[in-house]
Amino acid sequence: KKHIDTITISAYGKMLGCGECKTSC
Amino acid sequence: MRKLDIHKFKIKDVKLLLDVNSGALHIIDDIIWDILDCSSNPLEENIFLYLKDRYEKSAIIEGQEELIKLKNKGLLFTPPHKFPTIHEVEFLPVKAICLHISHDCNLRCRYCFAKTGGFGRKRSHMSLEVAKSAIDFIADNSGSRRNLEIDFFGGEPLLNFDAVKSAIERAKEIEHEKDKNFRFTLTTNAVLLTDEIIDYLNEHNISLILSLDGPPEINDLMRVKPDGSGTYYEVLPKIKKAIFSREEKNYYIRGTYTKKSLNFSDTVIHLADEGFKNISLEPVVSSDKDYSIKKSDIPFLEREYEKLVEIYMERLKGGKTFNFFHFNMEIFRGPCLSRRLKGCGAGTEYMAVTPKGELYPCHQLVNYEDFLLGDIYNGIKRHDIRKTFHKTTIFEKENCPDCWARFFCSGGCYGNAYSMNKDIRIPDETGCALQKKRIECALAIQAMIKRDNIKWRGAFL
Repeated sequence: KKHIDTITISAYGKMLGCGECKTSC
Repeated sequence: MRKLDIHKFKIKDVKLLLDVNSGALHIIDDIIWDILDCSSNPLEENIFLYLKDRYEKSAIIEGQEELIKLKNKGLLFTPPHKFPTIHEVEFLPVKAICLHISHDCNLRCRYCFAKTGGFGRKRSHMSLEVAKSAIDFIADNSGSRRNLEIDFFGGEPLLNFDAVKSAIERAKEIEHEKDKNFRFTLTTNAVLLTDEIIDYLNEHNISLILSLDGPPEINDLMRVKPDGSGTYYEVLPKIKKAIFSREEKNYYIRGTYTKKSLNFSDTVIHLADEGFKNISLEPVVSSDKDYSIKKSDIPFLEREYEKLVEIYMERLKGGKTFNFFHFNMEIFRGPCLSRRLKGCGAGTEYMAVTPKGELYPCHQLVNYEDFLLGDIYNGIKRHDIRKTFHKTTIFEKENCPDCWARFFCSGGCYGNAYSMNKDIRIPDETGCALQKKRIECALAIQAMIKRDNIKWRGAFL
């Protein structure tokens, strides 16, 4: 009876700024 | 009624539904797929009239009830975020620079965006003094940023390895003087790799990007010496020596596929079977050559990415996993908003330094003198260019504000956009289509990993 399986409540992680992460390219 | 900001897609046997604004990701069945297909308002009462030949009315209503529950939980049909306006700021820290150690190369790869190493100018090497001063430039312009990145690039940086050493020596001094932490990456064609150089790269924890396009019949079509001869058999043992000397960590095999090698999933298998675990293959960016990828090639390439998902999952389950750069995605702990809005930070927090010490917004835009920002001695003079990059978020780019993939691709590559469309705000159409397909594949892989409870070692580099 289950039609939808939620994989994650946000595929953006904790999207919502310190700038210390590695630059993307 | 407001347009539903959702994206549904199929990869292999998995049907997925992404709620674009919340990022919620769901695996759905055929009923939900069809409900979403048959009306702009999938919650309306008479939907079952459209689907009554395919499903029981009770099943359709049950599906709609699940959709309503998700909507009420804020996991479906969510409204757009209200993002803060990007304001001009007095100080933009620089946290990464790409040092063009050499504007020369010992190869003559046919597709090279650096115009076979010289960027269309007189071939030259970066002096030891410029290399050191570039490190001083980033240290002095990084503000409170502690983690800084230095990319050694070219041309071919191993033609001028003393400048690499000089930069690293200065970086190590600054780490102690100013409490900074430098990370290094070097991109090479591997021709000049020696035991001594490999030892140095390992000792200084330098990430390696090693260029190789696949098996000899593909690699040697494009990656050739000045006399036109191929490079595969010369570089393969050197590449293997380099990566096995570092316990197969901290490297990527970086290849390019073209119109002449569209079946790139076979190329990835070849590289994986050669023992390489970290692989990246990129489509060539070019519009008017015999090797340029055309819009008409996109459907074939999309199927290739789906084939690669199948191979990737088979090997993941079988314990012979490899890592494909574009399938790397963290859906539980991904990057924060500022990075998703702007991507690589070209022109603001990332810059390229030419052998003379000139500053450009990125290593690809060194080709265009209109983008000259200033130099490492006198600083940035063209603040107008920098402001343009600072304000060019996904909301300023053509087609990006309403695109379902906007928070994943961050608007694509500025260099590719300018190369193809002469405007950093207009993404390359072919590259954009392929990037969206790769994002779908990466999301599907993460969904299958969670659904099937498979152990994943995580993204690398």
